[in-house]
Amino acid sequence: MIADMMRNFELYQPSRMEDALALLDRYGKDGWRMAGGKDSLDWFKDRVKNPKAVIDLMGIAELKGIREVKDGIEIGALTTLTEVEKHPLIQKQYGLLATAARRVASPQIRNAGTLGGNAAQDARCWYYRDGFPCYRAGGNTCYADTPEAMNREHTLFGADRCVAVTPSDTAPVLVVLGAKMVIRSSKGERVVEAKDFFIGPGVDITRMTVLEPEEILTTIQIPKTWAGAQFFFEKIADRQTWDFALVSVASAMFIKGGVIDRISIACGGVECVPRHLKVVEDIVRGEKQSEETADLAGQAAVRGAIPLNYNHFKVPLMQNLVKRAIRSA
Amino acid sequence: MSYKLIGKNFTPPDVAAKVTGKAKYSEDFRAEGMLFCKLLLSPMPHARVRNIDASEALKMEGVVGIMTADDVPKFPDPANPILTNEPLYVGEPILAVAAINESIAADAVEKIKVDLQPLPFVTDPLTSLYPGGPDARTNGNVANARLKLQTIKWTAKDFAKAGEGKLPMGKPAEEWSYGDLEAGFKDAKVVLDETFVTAGYPHHSQEPRSAMAYWQNGKCYLHGSTQSGTFNYPFLAKFIGIKPQQLVLIAENCGGGFGSKGGAYPVMVIPALMSKKVGRPVMMRINRGEEYYVGFGRPGFQGRVKMGFREDGRITAVDLYIVHDNGPNQGFWDFRNAGTAMSIVYQPLAMRWRGISVLTNTPPRTAQRGPGENQTAAAIEPIVDKAARQLGLDRLAIRRINAPDNTGKIWSGKGLGPLTSAYLKDALDKGAAAFNWMEKKKLSGQKKGNKVIGVGIGQAYHSAGAAGFDGLVRIMPDGKLHIHSGVGNLGTYSYAGTSRVVAEVLDSKWENCVIERGDSRKGLPWNLGQFGSNTSFTMTRSNHAAAVDAKNKLLEIASKDMGGGPDDYKLDNERVVHKSDSSKSMTFGQAAKRAIELGGKYSGKELPKDLNPITKGSAAMIAGTGLIGVAKDNLPKTATTPALSAAFVQIEVDLETGKLEILDYLGVADCGTVIHPQSLHHQILGGAIMGLGMACMERYVYDTKYGRAASRGFHQQKPPSYLDLPKKMDGIAVNLPDSQNPIGSKGIGEPVMGSAASALLCAISDALGGHLFNRTPVLPDMILLAASGMKPSNKPLQVHTQ
Repeated sequence: MIADMMRNFELYQPSRMEDALALLDRYGKDGWRMAGGKDSLDWFKDRVKNPKAVIDLMGIAELKGIREVKDGIEIGALTTLTEVEKHPLIQKQYGLLATAARRVASPQIRNAGTLGGNAAQDARCWYYRDGFPCYRAGGNTCYADTPEAMNREHTLFGADRCVAVTPSDTAPVLVVLGAKMVIRSSKGERVVEAKDFFIGPGVDITRMTVLEPEEILTTIQIPKTWAGAQFFFEKIADRQTWDFALVSVASAMFIKGGVIDRISIACGGVECVPRHLKVVEDIVRGEKQSEETADLAGQAAVRGAIPLNYNHFKVPLMQNLVKRAIRSA
Repeated sequence: MSYKLIGKNFTPPDVAAKVTGKAKYSEDFRAEGMLFCKLLLSPMPHARVRNIDASEALKMEGVVGIMTADDVPKFPDPANPILTNEPLYVGEPILAVAAINESIAADAVEKIKVDLQPLPFVTDPLTSLYPGGPDARTNGNVANARLKLQTIKWTAKDFAKAGEGKLPMGKPAEEWSYGDLEAGFKDAKVVLDETFVTAGYPHHSQEPRSAMAYWQNGKCYLHGSTQSGTFNYPFLAKFIGIKPQQLVLIAENCGGGFGSKGGAYPVMVIPALMSKKVGRPVMMRINRGEEYYVGFGRPGFQGRVKMGFREDGRITAVDLYIVHDNGPNQGFWDFRNAGTAMSIVYQPLAMRWRGISVLTNTPPRTAQRGPGENQTAAAIEPIVDKAARQLGLDRLAIRRINAPDNTGKIWSGKGLGPLTSAYLKDALDKGAAAFNWMEKKKLSGQKKGNKVIGVGIGQAYHSAGAAGFDGLVRIMPDGKLHIHSGVGNLGTYSYAGTSRVVAEVLDSKWENCVIERGDSRKGLPWNLGQFGSNTSFTMTRSNHAAAVDAKNKLLEIASKDMGGGPDDYKLDNERVVHKSDSSKSMTFGQAAKRAIELGGKYSGKELPKDLNPITKGSAAMIAGTGLIGVAKDNLPKTATTPALSAAFVQIEVDLETGKLEILDYLGVADCGTVIHPQSLHHQILGGAIMGLGMACMERYVYDTKYGRAASRGFHQQKPPSYLDLPKKMDGIAVNLPDSQNPIGSKGIGEPVMGSAASALLCAISDALGGHLFNRTPVLPDMILLAASGMKPSNKPLQVHTQ
């Protein structure tokens, strides 16, 4: 057992997209796409994931930058979280994303970590991270869902052999904003809705997104749908920095005359994917923005939650955060 | 008393190097032909090594050698071993491999086939005490540094009698008592019986314990990370198997230890032994992942206390039982310190303490800031508040009436003993005034939306000084005053503050002082290590002794050369001057030259007989180079010297999320005369931040089925971050002198953490209308569940849980 020290691997640092895609084709499952490296390096240092080749994408200029387009904005997947957080247009029109980006990890990590990397990061279940041969690691057991398991950070919804949750602060926001994820491989390009980009264990237990090994997430398109809406984001973590959410909530609302006209809301930290709270949207749409509406929303949000041994607290936490989103936006 | 230097701020000499990155730590050193070694860590919580097949590793190009437990000195159980053939926790070093670079060494470690036979293991002390429960070691389940390894099992009846949620109290390993306990409880108006758990957690020193060593001409040169100095020598020498005189320890800077690098620890000598074996210098870089395992942790408690309170709040009787999670080895005596701390902080009229130190297959434990005292503060202070509520008393008043003053007593091992000074009442009063307690307490329970205010007071104790160590100073012909400090440098700068006593006694300018430290070759005296909040007291005494010796020698030399007796001379501005004839004077430099010429005791050629051999050897190194002042601290020490502190805090708890914000914090230190105000302020604030970690964040988390840790790195362990800190913090001191220190000083480092932790826990309880968690840490989920009227996830006695 070697702790906290990487094995050797081949490191490629292509500057052109086609070279990166060719490398991914060449190495297939033995290749590893690395963006800011904040997730990757932990895996390597613990020698739990040991790719033959690491393809560092940070030298590819076209994967970076924030552009205003006709229907909103396009953000290169490798734009750093700091740039996202500080961008005037994002702050002005899509403040929800800026707020969420600012709550990711620590300033140092945000300076290196990217929006695409943050959204596509792997599960933080400590058993999985510690190298337990669990379902997600290709084995046939979940170690986090046993009578003795320490599963305070795990799922309330959608457990399917695996009980890990999405740890991303930006993923629920991308779902709320109706983002489109542009994915490229040597065979071409496809565009996937954010809500379909993230996948649960029922679809594929070994990954968190639809990305195939030979594909690269190139761009995140944010449509104008929610531009200028009233936003709410809150992340509850044990610490105020450098910590993952126990539960987070993100919402966008348009209010007309005290009545919720349009709403989009999702939670992080409660399911393997950002939990899009469609029932909440249906309940509150057309209702007055009031404590009563917030109460109903909170109750509806947690209906069907199945806590594990150590995460009962996520039920009131999620309920309260949804209430706050509805009443305080 | 007024001083020129004591009580004034100054910049310690190592600050600039630290803030510019120029300071060198163990890992920064290189030697010609240096190899790197990596450790093979146990993947199992308890196992026996049946066979080691290193053939493939040894065939690798660049691999130079392997060292196993069979190659290194062994010490009687339950000592911390250097390497082991019976790993007792996941992450315990089994063997080391040396190679020309670290990456080859690591790859070689992975090629070694270790055949491990899994053995029963245990992570919960109570599980081990239950009849038929597993033992952490094959040869016992109860032990401590000062308690022999043995097997103790309680009866099933002990457990059944206690019932669910109450600590069973079977046969203790140790106990003591004084006074009439039964009468005390009979006289009490309120009697509380509470069961509590305080979590153990790792030290997580910022600088992992990397070390580098090589051998030259029969001497072992060791660069290591340690809080302490010469106190290490005999212990490290024993680990290496040499005489202390054969060891050269270079340890100028320490990147944090918090107790885990207080005394010598075996891992540090692995490169020394490897270097001896392979005949080349060896560097062992310990990384963050490894530091979690080998870097020690604080023992956890499962405890129970019965406390009787009179109508006026006076504590009539205390019956305390501590089940102490000692890790697998020698551990530390936190459980004993719990009893001592109770006896001094609350001065109970009668008291019984019982304790048992149980072994678990979790990382080894050692002292962490306030070992036992701070867990006790965290556990007991909220219970005192509960009594205050039931009696309708102010929480300041209930503390004041029990707090020790100079007539206070402490359990001394045989009976109640006296104190050299105690100003806890003064600390409470001064703090209450500065914090405006009487006004702030009116805010208790005030709600604004979903947020509620809580206020709390905390107190804590640690012993704060020892006696009998040596001082060594030297005045050079160039007039400079060299202060030889063997205490170490754990990062508090107290090595520098306590050195100023010498300049004070000799009336020297601080700019003309040089502190010699951090390297055996400089000639350092025998000093106690930098642990146990003792430095301010112990080092000022020994430095004072050496300074007085130097002063006497200066006066003697002057009288020899210029006539009259020593008493006719005085020191003035780095000169020895005749009291009535100022034309008769000599500079310190001239006196130093004369000392060299005179030889004998003046130049250190003759030494006092009562010096420690290490001081004698060091003095011999510098003998003949100047005027040597050297002496053992023989000042009276007839009582326990306590460091005491009080803390006041105001918080705001979000009832919808369980998160809290610290709005205002004040720490108050009873540390005797303040030596260095700025450094004291840092101690009070730093201690408070560490206390926040203890109260609300940090803990070992273990899966009991696999014995594997869920909270290894910084990010999982979650020590407080910058953004978790109080919005407003301050620290003040009572600043009244101790009776048995020449400048009235005593230590403070440890209790300022415990008082902060306990104040915070009291404030949380206050915000929740008196709800007691009886557990540390109190995490947001626990607060939220309590605020939502839901049951906690943890069972009352559960340990190592999330």
